[in-house]
Amino acid sequence: MFSRDTWREIFDTLRKNKLRTFLSGFTVSLGILIFVVLFGFGNGLINTFDDFFGDDATNVFYLFAGRTTMPYKGYKSNRRIEFENDDLSDINKNFALFLEYSTPRISRGGLVKYKEESNNYTTRAVGPAHQYAEKTIMMKGRYLNKEDIKNKTKYVVIGRLVEEDLFGGSNSIGEYIDVAGSAFKVIGVFQDDGGDREERYIYMPYTTRQLIEKNTDKLDQIIVAFKPEIGYAGAMAFEKSLDKFLREKKYISPQDQNGIFIRNVADQLKQNQQFARVLQLIVAFVAFGTIVAGIIGISNIMVFVVKERTKELGIRKALGATPRSVIGTILLESIFITTISGFVGMLIGIGVLSSLGEKLKDFFITNPSINLGTAIFATIILIIFGGIAGYIPARRAARIKPIVALRDE
Amino acid sequence: MIEIKDLHKSYKMGSNSLHVLKGINFSVKDGELVAIMGSSGSGKSTLLNILGMLDEADSGEYTLDGVPIKNLNETKAANYRNKFLGFIFQSFNLINYKTALENVALPLYYQRMGRKQRQEKSLKYLEQVGLKEWSHHLPSELSGGQKQRVAVARAMVGEPKVLLADELTGALDSTTSYEVMDLIQKINDQGNTILVVTHEDDIAHMCKRIVHLRDGVIVKDEKVKQVRASAYV
Repeated sequence: MFSRDTWREIFDTLRKNKLRTFLSGFTVSLGILIFVVLFGFGNGLINTFDDFFGDDATNVFYLFAGRTTMPYKGYKSNRRIEFENDDLSDINKNFALFLEYSTPRISRGGLVKYKEESNNYTTRAVGPAHQYAEKTIMMKGRYLNKEDIKNKTKYVVIGRLVEEDLFGGSNSIGEYIDVAGSAFKVIGVFQDDGGDREERYIYMPYTTRQLIEKNTDKLDQIIVAFKPEIGYAGAMAFEKSLDKFLREKKYISPQDQNGIFIRNVADQLKQNQQFARVLQLIVAFVAFGTIVAGIIGISNIMVFVVKERTKELGIRKALGATPRSVIGTILLESIFITTISGFVGMLIGIGVLSSLGEKLKDFFITNPSINLGTAIFATIILIIFGGIAGYIPARRAARIKPIVALRDE
Repeated sequence: MIEIKDLHKSYKMGSNSLHVLKGINFSVKDGELVAIMGSSGSGKSTLLNILGMLDEADSGEYTLDGVPIKNLNETKAANYRNKFLGFIFQSFNLINYKTALENVALPLYYQRMGRKQRQEKSLKYLEQVGLKEWSHHLPSELSGGQKQRVAVARAMVGEPKVLLADELTGALDSTTSYEVMDLIQKINDQGNTILVVTHEDDIAHMCKRIVHLRDGVIVKDEKVKQVRASAYV
């Protein structure tokens, strides 16, 4: 069945029926091509989505303090709540089991000067762990470390665009800049995927900021990150007990909406992931539809091809072709065409995707691509169904009595 | 060569059944050239199809070259057809995308003969029917008579025991018909057994024996004096 002669006969038939060969091949190629491109676009959409939400760590709570709106345990309402250093250390102590890291954040605006250049920037006074919470990427120099916190050093880490604005092209590491009247040494330059705004921040040790502000121990915000392995449910439980702990410590009514507020990135992430999953589902559905359309296309063509060849098959049977050889020939032909054109379509599709790259970013499609395994899997599915689509009419043709097939006009 | 006893065949047409062959008994010896004659509906084509294993009889015995032909599955029938029989059809039934040579070689392909051998042998038979120069032409480039001669070469190439021809001159004008019959007679002269189904009297008389069929029974079986087709060519 797989002898050289069989293949020669098949190539011969394919070569001499170019239009038919081309049409069936084209259907398969087109099906796979559309599948690959669509699937790639879907992935591109998800990539864009990840870009939007993925620039900060996702296992993070942001704790904000506000003003109370309810009297509680003898305290009046409209009392201003502020975090202090010992709140942070209490959280670290009590929730060590859940915590991956924690950092305070004190944000201040101010005029920053270097030689002739000056500009207004937001400085964030933070701890070393802030780097993970913001996914800050160091370009040169280093980030703030524990020693800087302990020694209250006057060091700053500046954003890429701050360096660009103030230093032009020259190197900023080791230079001193004036931040709201105090001189700070630049020890690092960072970049951030979050966009231009994120790259115009200046980071300094929070202890230094507190020292400047009359040695206060107040903190604006506390950022805590939980261990990812506690999972979504663990994170929700952690959030709840953290909230309870802080309300007890700060004497805030459990019903008070405004005393403190916890922004849970994990919860947002969950929603985002659900949205991404729905997107993926829609993409998968459309892609599946394309494959089904492809299968129907190739089935139609195979039915037509066999119908068209009924007489020829009758002649072949009269001359001594066995049913097996009739089925085998048609099946091999169809598998051969679908395999070749399927992989051609797949490669074209992958080529189209990789040539697009970032060109469709305006349409929310970033870096569209398809997993090679998925593409090959889809191609093989189409080949298998192409085979089945060829087999069913071929079997029927093989069963037709030659005398009936010969009468077919 | 061919032995038939009490052959019956009927076709189901909805609720009615049409009894086409009503007990045929006849035999053909080696080297005979037999014409089966009858008007349309007499059952002559059905008989030929059964002899050609293209169709099956309802009851009766059929022996071909000492081999009982019964309970054939499709594969077995295909192998017997390939080994024992050569077919010539009214409408030539050449495969239109294959050249004359490839058409002739097709039975040999199903005999699993090697490609080179196949082509040599096919060319030899094409030469015999006088179409060696046309071996690489497609059927669409040949005249009706040429097509039928290609079909004759194809029927002969497998060296069958019996040649079955169904109205082989039906689609040809009379001059071409005689040319083809001349070829058939020459093949018969070499000792091949040939059965010709026809409703044309002159064609029938170019055979050596005429079997008359009417309404599914043999009404007359006579030896005739053969008219040589070469006289008309």
